[in-house]
Amino acid sequence: MRERYLLRGNEAIAESAIRAGCQCYFAYPITPQGELVEHMAHNMPRLGRTFIQAESEVAAINMVYGAAAAGVRTMTSSSSPGISLKQEGISYLAGANLPAVIVNVVRGGPGLGNIAPSQCDYFQAVKGGGHGDYHMIVLGPSTVPEAGELTMLAFDLADRYRTPVMILADGLLGQMMEPVELPAPIDMASLPAKEWAATGARGREPNIILSFDLSPDNLKKMNLALQAKYAEIRKNEVRYEEAETEDADIVIVAYGSTARIAKTVVRMARAEGIRLGLFRPITLWPYPYEPLRALADRVDTVLTVEMSAGQMWEDVRLAVAERANTPFYGEMGGIVPTPKEILTEVRKHAR
Amino acid sequence: MPVDIARMTKVFGRPESLTQARSTYCPGCHHGIITRIIGQTIDELGIAERTIGIAPVGCSVFAYLWYRCDALQAAHGRASAVATGLKRARPDLVVFSYQGDGDFASIGTAESIHAANRGENITVIFVNNQIYGMTGGEMAPTTLVGQHTATTPDGRDPATTGYPIRFSELIAQLDAPVYVTRQALYDTRRIMDCTKAVKKAFQNQVEGRGYSLVEILATCPTNWHMSPIQSNQHVADTVTKVFPLGDLVNRGA
Ligand SMILES: Cc1ncc(C[n+]2csc(CCOP(=O)(O)OP(=O)(O)O)c2C)c(N)n1
Ligand code: SF4
Ligand SMILES: [Mg+2]
Repeated sequence: MRERYLLRGNEAIAESAIRAGCQCYFAYPITPQGELVEHMAHNMPRLGRTFIQAESEVAAINMVYGAAAAGVRTMTSSSSPGISLKQEGISYLAGANLPAVIVNVVRGGPGLGNIAPSQCDYFQAVKGGGHGDYHMIVLGPSTVPEAGELTMLAFDLADRYRTPVMILADGLLGQMMEPVELPAPIDMASLPAKEWAATGARGREPNIILSFDLSPDNLKKMNLALQAKYAEIRKNEVRYEEAETEDADIVIVAYGSTARIAKTVVRMARAEGIRLGLFRPITLWPYPYEPLRALADRVDTVLTVEMSAGQMWEDVRLAVAERANTPFYGEMGGIVPTPKEILTEVRKHAR
Repeated sequence: MPVDIARMTKVFGRPESLTQARSTYCPGCHHGIITRIIGQTIDELGIAERTIGIAPVGCSVFAYLWYRCDALQAAHGRASAVATGLKRARPDLVVFSYQGDGDFASIGTAESIHAANRGENITVIFVNNQIYGMTGGEMAPTTLVGQHTATTPDGRDPATTGYPIRFSELIAQLDAPVYVTRQALYDTRRIMDCTKAVKKAFQNQVEGRGYSLVEILATCPTNWHMSPIQSNQHVADTVTKVFPLGDLVNRGA
């Protein structure tokens, strides 16, 4: 049975994590994801689960490392400056093949930046962020209901591939309220056992969890295994949405809150006869290069719209590979572009 | 007279819960003695099947190899936070972290203090050898005034580097910890005392009492540029003057 609630994005993510069976949640407060921490502080202990307000984001991500190693579903959340502090821990999670969910409700940067919505952490999320040859799965919800759905999915993907998964949201999505249908809590007993977890070496050889091997040959093997896993993820998990692209001459590529605004722009443009479509990556890693390339073959212009100086734009250009024009329109500093501003940009490229 | 092995009784052996893995420690290094003490404790408490060890970054980075237990390797300084996450996820397990002085008392300062302050029901073994062994003998926060290290070539000067930090005393100021003690290994008597302390620190956790910390004054003959015997003497004569031995907190029990 699905229940309907009016929730902020932050709350939808928190409540979905609980329904996905998150047993341990660790975080350090930061705006604009305060409601997420508060929802967990209120609800996790009542369910007999663990909530710790950690002494720092560094501590929080390392608590996640410990809980993930014990085989339970675990999550941390933060916003940009706090996510920077988690990078070492994320690299260790990736290296040790540990499943965990990390939420970044992105705010303006760099430095302390501000608390307004932004998409300026795209590079950090999809290109590494921490040290070493690793990736995490990065999901970019664009509405509150989708934030909830992708949170449920994030826990499944984390377990399936034994990898950290990031929900890359932004301050707008975190704060916005929408009606949400939440699924019933999953049946934890239905989840496959984690034979690899550190649960006590009873009747078996010890399980050792590490991201370390002094021998270059062995570390190369560990890396090759990671790369094989990433190839598998690239093959299976690419997700995206296309809207009004069938007859389009121009498409906007946008993710997250920006994609939602772009949907309005598509309607406005169509009303004045511009054949505009939208391509919305849902997985930001793995990025939907192939579908975007196929689309680029059919259109004149692929316009990237982002709340950054053009970070995802690099992936768009990689995908399009000169098959179409690839202009960029962006805002920075926590400014959210309006549909009208984007439409003005679209008109410049209309036939 | 020929020795009749069949009639001999075994009075001392390798703890069951230690593996056969070859030690990576230098000859005369106290890390090896501490490993044995922990193995013996795990045996005596019969907890090998539910103990999880957390290895730090430092000379004991390979600590996951020594015990027949599940184990994790944590980021430098974060072992107490990792132990927190693991123990909260599975309170039925026995979780210990093993951390050097650089790991525990420098880079991990925040994680170390706050795990103690929350009174996490874990056991922390804190190996204070007054130096960064693994990276080649640099200054640790515990390095003695005047001590020569790779990064204090003229001796540690408090004017620019401060004083050796008595981290266990800092933790002893907190309300939550149930057991905080400083031990040494420079002679048989100290080894026996330390063994008792380690056992108590594990016992506390098994009985659900809360946070226990055993600081152990250890040697690093390699980076101290001393023989193992000189090193033991140095701990007895000099190090214990700065870091006095004994219990700092012993609540209940
Ligand atoms: C983030 C990070 N910084 C620095 C290092 C390098 N490093 C490895 S071990 C170590 C010092 C360890 O000293 P200590 O904790 O006292 O352990 P010991 O080797 O003396 O037992 C350092 C600085 C690292 N691995 N990670
Ligand atoms: S360098 Fe020092 S602390 Fe490290 S193993 Fe050798 S003697 Fe022990
Ligand atoms: Mg040391």
